[in-house]
Amino acid sequence: MDYNWDWGVFLRSTGIGDEIYLDWFVAGLGWTLAVALVGWVIALLLGSLLGVLRTLPNRWLSGIASAYVELFRNVPLLVQLFLWYFLVPDLLPEPLELWFKQDLSPATSAYLSVVVCLGLFTAARVCEQVRTGIQALPAGQTAAALALGLRLGQIYRQVLLPQAFRIIIPPLTSEFLNIIKNSSVASLIGLMELLAQTKQTAEFTTHLFEAFTLATLIYFTLNMSLMLFMRWIEKKVAVPGLIAGGK
Amino acid sequence: MDFSSIPAALPALWEGMQTTLQLLALGVLGSVLLGTLLAVMRLAHNPLLAGIAAAYVNYFRSIPLLLVIIWFYFAVPFVLRWITGEDTPVGAFASCLVAFVMFEAAFYCEIVRAGIQAIPRGQMSAAQALGMTYGQSMRLIILPQAFRKMTPLLLLQSIILFQDTSLVYSVGLMDFLNAARSRGDIVGQPHEFLLVAGLVYFIVSFAASQLVKRLQKRLTP
Repeated sequence: MDYNWDWGVFLRSTGIGDEIYLDWFVAGLGWTLAVALVGWVIALLLGSLLGVLRTLPNRWLSGIASAYVELFRNVPLLVQLFLWYFLVPDLLPEPLELWFKQDLSPATSAYLSVVVCLGLFTAARVCEQVRTGIQALPAGQTAAALALGLRLGQIYRQVLLPQAFRIIIPPLTSEFLNIIKNSSVASLIGLMELLAQTKQTAEFTTHLFEAFTLATLIYFTLNMSLMLFMRWIEKKVAVPGLIAGGK
Repeated sequence: MDFSSIPAALPALWEGMQTTLQLLALGVLGSVLLGTLLAVMRLAHNPLLAGIAAAYVNYFRSIPLLLVIIWFYFAVPFVLRWITGEDTPVGAFASCLVAFVMFEAAFYCEIVRAGIQAIPRGQMSAAQALGMTYGQSMRLIILPQAFRKMTPLLLLQSIILFQDTSLVYSVGLMDFLNAARSRGDIVGQPHEFLLVAGLVYFIVSFAASQLVKRLQKRLTP
């Protein structure tokens, strides 16, 4: 083994101001979380809407939602990202295009592209989970709500969705963890998120194994702690009376 | 939009697609084998083996594939030098293949595990009553039945792998996406080539997933 292990490398100065390499990782983690969280908000809102559409009796509306799902599930994430980053800005009306290309800093325009891309990509997956959740509810729930005289909107808002969301917490959690992991593609359009910072540290310090080990540890810890947190939430809000609900 | 230069680029695109398909075929083969081994380990009664397999799966499932691809691209030559003691040139293809096999094995492992667990316990008892060892019962009795049941899921995971192969762009391997990107840049029509690439990925994945759906219907009585 002619590799020179040195775990102190993260505390060394990067040569830029008084930054140390660890600061790069912190900044990278910040971007990763900023991408994942905002993307997740888009995915959850749009995905829930699409999921509801898919369960509606109207064939047109459910058809639109399932076409969306097929489209966004069958094109690789990286191709979608390139489309959002390279193609879509050219299709915008002139003032918007100039704003995107000239007024925004490179980091901001990359950030916007990746957030929209991941949001819409993950929405297709969330849609399928919401649909499964709604369809898993006994048909008697809708029937009872109708018998009570509720309108369709009220049935979804007050009866179906509050139960469906509590059932699908585990698959939604794994979609949220996926969006964190998927946000690493942002490094390929120049956003300095965690993976990009790791690569840069590896190249600057030549301490490849330490840099990638630290990145792995950060992703691993983030994943595990979110999973445990969501398991706790799941128990708190479990629907009583179901097998998973306990009590 | 001007798609006129696409026909002339078809040979180059097809060459890229061949790289993608090779990566896919070898990747699926390797990761199903490794995944099956991991699943059998996870279900074995030996807590050490089960623990190792579980740690492996949890580890790879919590990090991004892109990180694995880039890390291995840098690391595989290093590791080979430690093992063999001399510089062994490794191309991007080999390091990407190793990355895919090791990463996807964690996902195939979970599919195979679920497949094995769906087989009635009596099958294992009967096999062992006939005097078979654990390995024999798995190989001859349990796995053939489990694989039949989980074929649709294995195929769906392979469609995901097909899409994920596009990530080798990050280490400069000339797969289908990269071929389309570089061709598009050369002829000055990057948008058109990107759209065509997206369309091809869509058609292949969509057609394949429809076929899997049909197969799924036929397999479930």
